[in-house]
This record gives sequence, C-alpha cells and structure tokens, in this order.
Amino acid sequence: MKRALGILAALVLVLGALVFWLNQRGEDKISDAPPLAAPAADAVARGAYLVRAGNCVSCHTQRGGAQFAGGRAIETPFGTIYGSNLTPDKATGIGEWNADEFWRALHNGRARDGRLLYPAFPYANYTLLTRADADAIYAYLRTVPPVARPNTPHQLRWPYSTQTALAAWRALYFTAGAQENDAAKSPEWNRGAYLVRGLGHCSACHTTRNALGANANMMDLSGGLIPMQNWYAPSLTSSDEAGVSAWDLAHIERLLKTGIAPRGATLGPMAEVVLQSTQHLSDADLRAMAVYLKSLPPSAKASPSEAAPMSPRMAEIGAKIYEKQCAQCHGDKGEGIAGAYPALAGNRAVNLPVTANLVQVVLGGSFAPATAGNPRPFGMPPYATVLSDEEVAAVLSHIRTSWGNRSGAVSELEVNLQRSSTPP
Amino acid sequence: MRDGLASLLLALAGACASAAAPAFEDTIAQRTIACTACHGKEGRAGPDGYYPRIAGKPAGYLYNQLLNFRDARRHYGLMARLLDPLSDAYLLEIAQHFASLDLPYPPPQKTSAAPELLQRGQQLVTQGDASAQVPACAKCHGERLTGVAPNTPGLLGVSRDYLNAQLGAWRTGQRRAHAPDCMAKIAKQLRPEDVTAVASWLSMQPLPADPHPIANLPDKAPMECGSAQLPAGRQP
Repeated sequence: MKRALGILAALVLVLGALVFWLNQRGEDKISDAPPLAAPAADAVARGAYLVRAGNCVSCHTQRGGAQFAGGRAIETPFGTIYGSNLTPDKATGIGEWNADEFWRALHNGRARDGRLLYPAFPYANYTLLTRADADAIYAYLRTVPPVARPNTPHQLRWPYSTQTALAAWRALYFTAGAQENDAAKSPEWNRGAYLVRGLGHCSACHTTRNALGANANMMDLSGGLIPMQNWYAPSLTSSDEAGVSAWDLAHIERLLKTGIAPRGATLGPMAEVVLQSTQHLSDADLRAMAVYLKSLPPSAKASPSEAAPMSPRMAEIGAKIYEKQCAQCHGDKGEGIAGAYPALAGNRAVNLPVTANLVQVVLGGSFAPATAGNPRPFGMPPYATVLSDEEVAAVLSHIRTSWGNRSGAVSELEVNLQRSSTPP
Repeated sequence: MRDGLASLLLALAGACASAAAPAFEDTIAQRTIACTACHGKEGRAGPDGYYPRIAGKPAGYLYNQLLNFRDARRHYGLMARLLDPLSDAYLLEIAQHFASLDLPYPPPQKTSAAPELLQRGQQLVTQGDASAQVPACAKCHGERLTGVAPNTPGLLGVSRDYLNAQLGAWRTGQRRAHAPDCMAKIAKQLRPEDVTAVASWLSMQPLPADPHPIANLPDKAPMECGSAQLPAGRQP
C-alpha cells in the first residue's frame, strides 16, 4: 500500500514536471529592456496593416467603446472571457510591456506577469507569426491613444478558471511553432498559408472543437459550430460547404474584399471579419489567401445522412409562408435576383448539414457587410417577431426540399433552441 | 366611343399590371426593406406602436439612433445585430432616406386619462416645471413640437406606450445619448406620474398643419445636449 502511494506520488510529480516543462519550452529569454519609446514610422504602418489582417479590434473593443481598450465579452462553453486592453496605458493597458513580452504573448500565449493566457486569444495561430511582424504590431499598438480601462476579470467556471487547468490544456494541445514554408509551393501560396493559418486565424472558427474547446489539429479548416454563437463556420475543405477549390481566384478575392461574390456572400460573424479585416488587405495578400484556400485538400466526405422527412402539415405551412414572405425577393422558384437577393435553389449555404445559419438569418435578418466594394448592401428583414418556431421550421424545410434542394427538414425544436439562446 | 373603350381597356390593363407583384427596382427603399418590415410601410410605424414611426424624423436624429443602437447606448438585439455589418456612411444614407419621406400622419390616439393628469402633461410640455428643474419640452423640440432639424426629433405622432417606454428607459439608464445627455437628466427629474402625464398628453395631440421639423430654435436651448450639437456621433 505504502509502495503504491509512493509510486502514485512519483507519477503525479513526473506528470506535473512534464506539464510544467511543456508549458515553458520554446520560450525565449525576456530582456529587461524598457517599452519602445519612439517606434519607427514604417513599422507602425506595417503594424497597423497586420492588426487589420489579424482583426484584433473585434475582440479587443467593446460595443461603443474606445478602439483596442478591451471589454468585449466572448462567450465560451467554459464561461465568459473579456478582451483585454491593448492600448499603451501604463496602469491598465500594455504600456509597460516591452517587445519581448509582447512577442511571448503572441508566440507562447503568456502574459507579461507570467500568467498563461486563455486560448480564446488565438495564440495557437499567432505562434506562426514572424518576430518582425510581432514587433511591427507591437510598434503600432504603442501609437494608439492610451485608454485607462481596467481589464474585466474573466468569469470562468472551476476548474477552467485555474492556471493548472490551462497548463494541462496547453500541454495537450499547444506547441509554439513557426511558419514552415513549403519549397515546392509558390511564394504566393506560402504567403497565403501564413495569413490563413497564422494572423487570419481562420481555424479559430472554421474547426470543430472537442469538449475541451480544442482540435487535435488546431489548423483544421473542415468547419464547425462556433461555440455559444449559434453560427456554423462552414468547411473550407468541402465543395459542398464553403470550399472554394472550384471557384475562380478572382471570385475568392472578391468575397474577401467586398463581402459578396457571384457564388456566395458573407453573413453573421464572417461579415464582421470582412468588414473589419479582409476588405482592408492588399490585392496581393488577398490573391495569396485565395491561392492557398483554393489549394486546400478536400476532406473525406462524410457519408450523407438520411435527409430528415417533412410532414404534410409542415409542407403546407412552409409553402404558404414562402409565397407570402419570401418569394417577392427570392423568387417563386428560389431563383433570387442577381446582384440583390441570393438564389436559394442549389445554394450551398441553404443545404448545409448544420442549419444554424439559416435559422439565424430568418430570425435576425441580415445585411452583407457594407464594404468599399459593396457600400450599400441589400438587407433581409428579421422574422423573429413575425414567425413562430413552427413557421420558421416549416419555411426552411420548404426551401431545403424545393427546386432541386434535397437537404431535408428543419425541426421546430432546432428553431426553438436557437431562438431561446439568442439574446433579445 | 371607340376611343372611350380603348382607354377603358388601357386603364384595366394598367390596373392588372399594378396588382401583380411589383417589379424589382434598385432603390434605397428596396435596399432597406429590413427596416420597414418592423417600422411599417415606408417607416410609418409598426401596427402596435412598439416600432416607432421613422418617416420624416430629422436625419441627424435617426442617424444618431442608429449609432446608439450599434454602440450600446440603446439596447435592442435585433437592431444591433442588423446594423453591425454596416458602415457609418451607409447608416447616414439610410437615415437621410427615411427623413426625406413626407407622409401623412394618422389621427392621434384617444385617451381615457384623467383631466388633471392631462393638464399636468400639458403644463410640463408647454411650460415645464421650474421647481422640479424640468424645462418645457417645447423649449428644445420646438413650439409646435415637430422637432428641430437636423438632430432633435418631434414628439407627436408616436404612441403613448413608446413615449412612456423611452422616458422610462432614460430614467433607468437603459437609453442613453451622446454626452451631455440632457434627456437623461430631465427624465430623472420627472416623477413616474409625470412621465405618464407627458406621454398621455403628447400622444393625443394632432399634428399641426405643418408637421415638419423647424430649421432653428428661436431662443437658445435651456440645456446642453450632446446629440443636438453633433451632426453625428461619429463623422461618416
């Protein structure tokens, strides 16, 4: 018995040491250099561009708040994380951070005071950034107006609230890395890979997360439900979802630049990404991302599940509502109006296996992002106050089973769950 | 006779054409059907008074409200989520579109409020209450209460429930405007029964012959108002 306890204690010690080592490895030494006083103009300009590419502003700015001053609540299955203050305020922002400390946060996910950072901050992606890019971002953030806004403490449930849990998670899922260029591929492809996998952190949404909020391959882009948001980030590796292997490069670029393209539009969280981030990227970088995204190897096709059948009652309600509420814009046969309202017949977004986005759009309405390339988007009205759960389910089921669409019915329960978990 | 028959046939043909679904036209009205779905045809207000009339309200006021919803000074999830992907420039265009609509107003609401309450309402609207440090509504919203271009809204043609809800929201801080937030200050000076009095009296007033916002206030406004001075919270 004593011996067993001894072995157990030794195991715990070894495991603890392993987790500790896994969390420290790959970290550069931190100098005690003071924070950068006068950043060079070219680094600042490049940093501003990179900050756009990384869409830092979205998570680090709250509704109506000062840019980069933090405070936006990010709901996770483990509790609420609040974006931190990135302005150079000394007391509440990152005014005291030096370039090494900033690099360590991006590259190793560790704060200035040594605390491990939560991976809602996508350092699993940012670890691929070059030191030069991290320094440019740091230089730019030194120049934004300092705002005194103390960070909002995260509200996570135990044990997720502990550094020990975080260390264990990191031991399992995080390794600091670097972009490894593929010599067999073009510089354009490699640049695209760097932007998509690193700074753009596309996989932060377009991946399936396990019960611990991770994916064994944190660069996976095969689609996933965005936790807590009720939006599905479709697969970028499947031509049945949002994969672009069959698209013209110019159309992929246009989607990222303007929010709309001949074969698709961005809505919901992706509209925000286009609005805040990708529309500001250079044509060369958009081309690089397009080249990389087009080249993604297709993921293994999931065996098509049986399309859910629709009851005659639902069919009748659905057809009636479609005629009354939808046909005027989307057409009697789901053909849409070019340049204004998307066709629903044969639309990949309509036929996704996960119906979250459809329910979102019908309940909440939507606009494509108002970008420089599409400054005055058409809008779809919200139906949350007009249609019941059964009616939303019926009309979506009608759309998913008409004009050649064969993706099956949406249940009233799905609509109900989604409506009740969306804040008013 | 033949001419008469021909014109009758033409007129019938015209009637049939207009009865069919209207052809798609690329207009700002078409682009903003997401707004009119709740705020009523051409922004004349929803049927239950909850979604207020937006047609003919001053452009700067409407623009500020769009920014207020987006930036969490007013709270309605449906509005905020719809506006999130839009630019300041487009929000201004949308505001200007609805401001430009010159549409007739429906007759005012009937009321069963007690005469004393209505009298108190009229007093607050037209005279204010110096002892409670409440200026008259008319001092800022115009003698005719039709608002002042471009940023101060009229107070007529919206429902009692809506007025009650807005003044109530200002009292509790649920509704805010750009600082200095004059309406928050005023609403907090009002007693709950004063809110009811003002809302009841305003909602039973018909629109004057000229229902448009006036161009300028004759006298200096009694309070500083952030939203009245700004052309907008953020420049487009």
